[in-house]
Amino acid sequence: MAKHILNALVENHAGILAKIAGLFARRGFNIDSLAVGVTQNPQISSATIVVDGDAQTVDQVEKQLSKLIDVIHVQTLAPSCTVSRELSLIKVACTAKNRAEIMQIVDIFRANIIDISDHAVIIEMTGTGSKIDAFEEMVRPYTILEMSRTGMIAMLRSKEDSKNIDDSVL
Amino acid sequence: MRITAAEAILKMIEKQGVSVVFGYPGATNAPIYDALHKTKLRAVLTRNEQGAAHAASSYFKMTGNIGVCMATSGPGATNLVTGIANAYMDSIPLVAVTGQVACQMVGKDAFQEVDITGVTTPITKHNYLVKNADEIPKIMAEAFYIAGTGRPGPVVVDVPMDVQLQKINFRFPDRPNILGYSPQKPVDPAQVQLLASALKEAKRPLIVAGGGILCAGASCEFLRFLERLALPAVSTLMGISAVPSAHRQFLGMVGLHGTKAANFAFDRADLVVFMGARVSDRSASNPEWLSEHAKIAHVDIDPAEINKNIPCDVSVAGDIKDTLFMLEERTAGVCCPADWLDMCTKAKALDPVPKAGNSAYTNPKYFLKMLSEAVGEDTVISTEVGQNQIWTANHYRFTRPNTFLTSGGFGTMGYGLPAAIGAKIARPEATVIAIEGDGSFQMAMPELAAMKQAGADLKIVLFVNRTLGMVRELQRDHYGANYTSVDLGAYPKYDRIAAAYDIAYGAVRSDSEAENGIMEMLKTDGPFLLEVFVDPEENTL
Ligand SMILES: Cc1ncc(C[n+]2csc(CCOP(=O)(O)OP(=O)(O)O)c2C)c(N)n1
Repeated sequence: MAKHILNALVENHAGILAKIAGLFARRGFNIDSLAVGVTQNPQISSATIVVDGDAQTVDQVEKQLSKLIDVIHVQTLAPSCTVSRELSLIKVACTAKNRAEIMQIVDIFRANIIDISDHAVIIEMTGTGSKIDAFEEMVRPYTILEMSRTGMIAMLRSKEDSKNIDDSVL
Repeated sequence: MRITAAEAILKMIEKQGVSVVFGYPGATNAPIYDALHKTKLRAVLTRNEQGAAHAASSYFKMTGNIGVCMATSGPGATNLVTGIANAYMDSIPLVAVTGQVACQMVGKDAFQEVDITGVTTPITKHNYLVKNADEIPKIMAEAFYIAGTGRPGPVVVDVPMDVQLQKINFRFPDRPNILGYSPQKPVDPAQVQLLASALKEAKRPLIVAGGGILCAGASCEFLRFLERLALPAVSTLMGISAVPSAHRQFLGMVGLHGTKAANFAFDRADLVVFMGARVSDRSASNPEWLSEHAKIAHVDIDPAEINKNIPCDVSVAGDIKDTLFMLEERTAGVCCPADWLDMCTKAKALDPVPKAGNSAYTNPKYFLKMLSEAVGEDTVISTEVGQNQIWTANHYRFTRPNTFLTSGGFGTMGYGLPAAIGAKIARPEATVIAIEGDGSFQMAMPELAAMKQAGADLKIVLFVNRTLGMVRELQRDHYGANYTSVDLGAYPKYDRIAAAYDIAYGAVRSDSEAENGIMEMLKTDGPFLLEVFVDPEENTL
């Protein structure tokens, strides 16, 4: 089983998120993450879906998603021509004693500290999924108090960008 | 024109050429029912909303106009659910208009509130909760457009009561243009060429005819294709009546409940071409085995069906009629090897024609063969689910397309009677016969009142075995005959039921009475209930 990244452009109609999520549950597709947000056109959202499965499963996911009336376009993004990012917020236990150590790790990963108190820091970190995984490994010894990830959003690199979606749509 | 949204809904329905709506009124769809009497639409009151969805489904099959059913919010809407799911599984276009509690009450667990768009998401092609009355014309146009194009299916339009009452500036909307919906993708000639080559190379080709052929109105083209290439064909349950049952090249229904001849050919073919069939577990119980033993080709309007249940070697995603047309020029001179067709037609001897016997019961298979010989070609048959359904599929001889109404994908008991009512209302000139099992009949028996009230003079053949025959057979053969809840116990006296509804009644106790019973039923004016006593031990096959 492998991970596949799909992107779906959807009309911003009520219930579309439930329709997508319901479709995955009903058909037994395993999704790793689903991230949805509006595009430059406020009527249209972009959903990035990471699915776990073989080629046949991904083919079905793509076709079944396309059948939803509010889904405008679906494509599977080949990792080689795709950029992907994920945002995470991580609250790590931190005192004056080990703050410098933690800040060093944060620097190495080009993450940011966005909140601080006498016993914890909140770190904001953007990157690929594996970079976030690696960072999580590094700060785990200091005790992670809370962690939240957005799930992956992805886009085809502009050179490879398929022009089959009419610009007027967006 | 300033009219209410309720009036606009009805205008959009009339625009479709629909003349009958099936449904049940209540508080939250009262504005629509109130507006109905100002229109030419005929409102048929079924006795349960489920019946309205089934009746509207067969209304479409008879007229080609998309059926409409209506229900009030809450329990009215949920009563529709089985009928909607049935239409979804069998790809029947249907528009269901439900009342909803007023907008400001939505989400507050108001009286008779249910999230029907949430409930029906998995069983509809699309659904709408309309919060803005101005959008009604556009949404109704889209609902019909979505329901009826591409692979057809049901669409729910849920309209809060206050929205129904709002006045809007009405004008007929333009043809729908939905960003994410383009149902008519052209057939890829290269794929058709591959299919043509596969047919040319095959030594033992077999065509599986599905309901898609009927749906596309392609029966004529399909028959011509079969005959031109001298191909043997089998059908799925939904494909029955696409080819005349008695056609030399037709081997009957394939699969779990199919004929021996059809399964004989299916197991030996080196090329199986599924046409407008979704390769369900009932027609192809072992797709892995099949794809190892034969080349698989699949033609379907829904691209998602291709490679879903069976990996295929050749596929055409698109309209069957277009595909058959394109196939014609690409298969000039192609002909199925005669020895294979011969072998297939000879295999029909494996399924002997049922004959009259002298048992104390009526043989339903013999009865159905007799019935099909006695009726006119134009006769429409509906069935319930269970043995009665399979007996009909295998032994009634269909001659014309779209004369068989049955619940295929969903197997809905209680479908047959309301479906027959819808058919008779749509085509009053046709003889419509509802083939019933006594279990299924009791599920929808109240619809007899709807039938009477609507003047839908059905002929009802009620197979009485005093048991849930097919489930009893299952318990007998696979659960050590520990019969549980399959005995219909204190069954009603059907002659009295008939009398109560003022329906003529007759009985057939044994094969020797079959012919007379059938003649009496067909000759009698008005509705008729023919009670046919069959052995509870009778097998499905
Ligand atoms: C609504 C519904 N409930 C249960 C079933 C399961 N089921 C399938 S066939 C059958 C028996 C049907 O009995 P009857 O209508 O008497 O027909 P017969 O098999 O005796 O011809 C049942 C209970 C079903 N198909 N539909």
